[in-house]
Amino acid sequence: MKNIRNFCIIAHIDHGKSTLADRLLDATQTVTKRESQAQLLDNMDLERERGITIKSHAIQMDYTAPDGEQYILNLIDTPGHVDFSYEVSRSIAACEGALLIVDAAQSIQAQTISNLYLALENDLEIIPVLNKVDLPSANPEEVTDDIVDLLGCDPSEVIPASAKTGLGIQDILDAIIERVPAPVGDPDEPLQALVFDSQYNQFRGVETIFRVINGSIKKGQHIKFVATGESYYADEIGTLKLNQVPKKEIKAGDVGYLITGIKEAKEVKVGDTITDHAKPTTNPIGGFEDVKPMVFAGIYPVDTEDYEDLRSSMEKLQLNDASLVFQAESSAALGFGFRCGFLGMLHLEIIQERLEREFDMTVITTVPNVSYHAYTHKNPDEILIVNNPSDLPEPSSLNRVEEPYIKATIITKSDFVGNVMSLCIEKRGVVTNQTYLTTERVEMTFDMPLAEIVFDFYDRLKTVSKGYASFDYAPLGMRESKLVRVDILLNAQTVDALSALIHFDNAYTIGKKMVEKLRELIPRQQFDIPVQAAIGAKIIARETIKALRKDVTAKCYGGDISRKRKLLEKQKKGKKRMRQVGNVEIPQQAFMAVLKLND
Amino acid sequence: MSGIYIHIPFCKQACHYCDFHFSTNLKYKKDIIDAICDELRFRESEFKNTTVQTIYLGGGTPSVLEVAEVEKIIQTVFDVYTVSSNPEITLEANPDDLTKEKIVAFSNTRINRLSIGVQSFFEEDLKLMNRAHNAVEAHECIEFAVPYFPNISIDLIYGIPGMSEARWRENLHKAIDLKVPHISSYALTVEDNTALKSFIEKGMIENVDDEVAQEHFQILLDVMQLHGFENYEFSNFSKPGFFSQNNTAYWTGKSYIGIGPSAHSFDGKKRGWNINNNVKYLKAIQAGELPMEIEELTVVDRYNEYIMTGLRTIYGVSLHKIETDFGPNFKEYLLKQAAEYLKDHLLYIDGDTLLVTRKGKFLSDGIASALFMVNLS
Repeated sequence: MKNIRNFCIIAHIDHGKSTLADRLLDATQTVTKRESQAQLLDNMDLERERGITIKSHAIQMDYTAPDGEQYILNLIDTPGHVDFSYEVSRSIAACEGALLIVDAAQSIQAQTISNLYLALENDLEIIPVLNKVDLPSANPEEVTDDIVDLLGCDPSEVIPASAKTGLGIQDILDAIIERVPAPVGDPDEPLQALVFDSQYNQFRGVETIFRVINGSIKKGQHIKFVATGESYYADEIGTLKLNQVPKKEIKAGDVGYLITGIKEAKEVKVGDTITDHAKPTTNPIGGFEDVKPMVFAGIYPVDTEDYEDLRSSMEKLQLNDASLVFQAESSAALGFGFRCGFLGMLHLEIIQERLEREFDMTVITTVPNVSYHAYTHKNPDEILIVNNPSDLPEPSSLNRVEEPYIKATIITKSDFVGNVMSLCIEKRGVVTNQTYLTTERVEMTFDMPLAEIVFDFYDRLKTVSKGYASFDYAPLGMRESKLVRVDILLNAQTVDALSALIHFDNAYTIGKKMVEKLRELIPRQQFDIPVQAAIGAKIIARETIKALRKDVTAKCYGGDISRKRKLLEKQKKGKKRMRQVGNVEIPQQAFMAVLKLND
Repeated sequence: MSGIYIHIPFCKQACHYCDFHFSTNLKYKKDIIDAICDELRFRESEFKNTTVQTIYLGGGTPSVLEVAEVEKIIQTVFDVYTVSSNPEITLEANPDDLTKEKIVAFSNTRINRLSIGVQSFFEEDLKLMNRAHNAVEAHECIEFAVPYFPNISIDLIYGIPGMSEARWRENLHKAIDLKVPHISSYALTVEDNTALKSFIEKGMIENVDDEVAQEHFQILLDVMQLHGFENYEFSNFSKPGFFSQNNTAYWTGKSYIGIGPSAHSFDGKKRGWNINNNVKYLKAIQAGELPMEIEELTVVDRYNEYIMTGLRTIYGVSLHKIETDFGPNFKEYLLKQAAEYLKDHLLYIDGDTLLVTRKGKFLSDGIASALFMVNLS
């Protein structure tokens, strides 16, 4: 056990985490040159394209130190987005040390800090790494100062590195051996292992990734998951190299995978404790939470006939993404579909993209919303959970509504404090704290409604801060709010899928922007289409999509035929992706229009 | 029966709305004519078993050529290909080139049809579009030409910013008074990368207005019908017996060879297009190569093209032809897609033929697109 080191990497998106991980794999010869593929740990195509880690991964390296001593290094990669902060917390709990990677040009970002605090709470040894020092824009002295201020460490502890060129990689390996403590644990106690990840393999079912805290797990052992209460036999256990390597036993302090024939991802909960069925631990690992969806949206097939296909696709997606929840619902405008819960907006986008790519489904996603609590006059104490704006009781019977609030932390350059402040206030935020981390960098905290984060917050934050703002949040609970439902009428018909709950003070402005945006996005048809926003029976905004008068090109001679055919084919494809509601054809993106009101 | 289109890629000056391929630099004129004749010879085998029924010199502005140069090209066609005994041979011409002498000289060649780019009889319109001729030339050249060329067509553009309905009517009446038997009439279209587009974007010229264009089109349909012209293709109107045979071939799926830079060819299954650059075209031909890109049409492509072109013409789309050429499932699909348009009176069925109603004409691309077959992935 004394030669095992378990560590994770804390970094902001783009600060070079995945590239650095790749360098460590090279340096320890965990991958051969032939297997090397940029950003090895990001398995999903989506992850490589977006340059972010969506799922966390773990990999074991065998490392011979310069003094000849053999070590086992377990690198536990962590997801890089706030939507997945619970998964990050469980990965951190499985480690004794963390590499804190900071971009030498961009310095420390909000999310890095919150993950760093998580790591410090878990008593992790922090190894600060100043990455990308080879960049011309790097500012190593100042950023080193920032790190020293933040950690209270000695400047000499900060390792200058470049994952791109390989600079500092040996120093990092040395520091992992010297500074990260070896795991402590009693191999003779009853099994106590932390589930920090799971992945789905279509042939082998769910693979549970765990860290043994005490005791050991053996092949064939009868085991039990404490939180779910389910028991299984450990059909296969092993360690995670680039490929899985089956083992007979994984002992206290080490990391491994487990296959039990579990078919559905939701049976394995990240944060759960694995123990022995006959001789269970009396001490399950703390910090377990059932992950709750934060954002809800309807997902509907563009073609109503594809409803059953969509259901089976969603079920398959859920097999490997336990955080996706859904239930059937129906919409007057869109027919049958599903109300889905997501961890956040990124998660929503991922699901939508995976449905299109992996399952070839063309879907409409409705305006996303958070989960509200409504109370009626009849039962003023009974919570009515509203995950769909259409389910909000009529204003006359409605006593009050509560919405989820968050504590938002934003770090930005002092130049942009005013801009960020205005944005957050516009988003109904209340400043609770403002601290200068350095003379240049300011940390601000706000209490804000979660719903406001869903509506075009990230993009605007980036814009108002010219990219120099990072953002993180944590839930604060429910608070009463003056919310109204703004409905959209197309051709005098309410389209329920476009309804949104909006604070009364903003309802007129947002209603107006919504109808303007829809006028832009809905193509002209053969008749005038009125677009209206309404609160109850009251119309608060109106635009008209004028009828299409001319839809024909004047010339169609020999040279025009091919080009024109392709143009009309493209038009037809676009139309196939539209959804007919009443006699109006609505393109997919119009349903998400309210998220991009300021574009 | 097949057609030959020959593209003459030169113009005296650039019209503000035009996005066709042409050059105002006449330096390579002689070389291009030689290359065109070479290309005609290269491609002899393509029309081995067929007779050439139509020859069309388009552009650009073919009338910038000397009469002898035009003759040389026509002679080459006759030398290389089998030409029918009564071919339609059209020359596109601009009024400023058509002096009385040149008209007489052209009439002594084998050219038997003129297509004159009049566009408007009004100075304001001609200036706005940067045409090379003026209103007087527009009028006079037709007066001169009609006795020499019984088969004559003129182009007229409507929906020009600032053009009133009255002025548009007057344009049409001038053409009728001049006894022109064929009119091609186009809505002014703002194409990308044209001077017109940039002037509109800069606010120097008012944008075209679809509603105005639609009103002008209704006037066009009414006036033409009243004077015995048949609207045989969306933009083409003809007295009986004066349909453009060359252009009708495009809309009825006949094969044709396109010669010269940017010219398109079609053999019934493949479409090809020559490079749209004079120098590159020259170099390729001089090196003995045909600078052509080729696209093979699938069954679905051919179905879509038939729908698209058929709906523009008085021939419409034959349901029988759809069934025999493409299969019963195509016919079934077509009728299913057409249902809502039939209901809205934008399409109608006459016996075996699917046609666009008068109400549907100005929307016919959107309708054709809706009847297309496409694959989403």
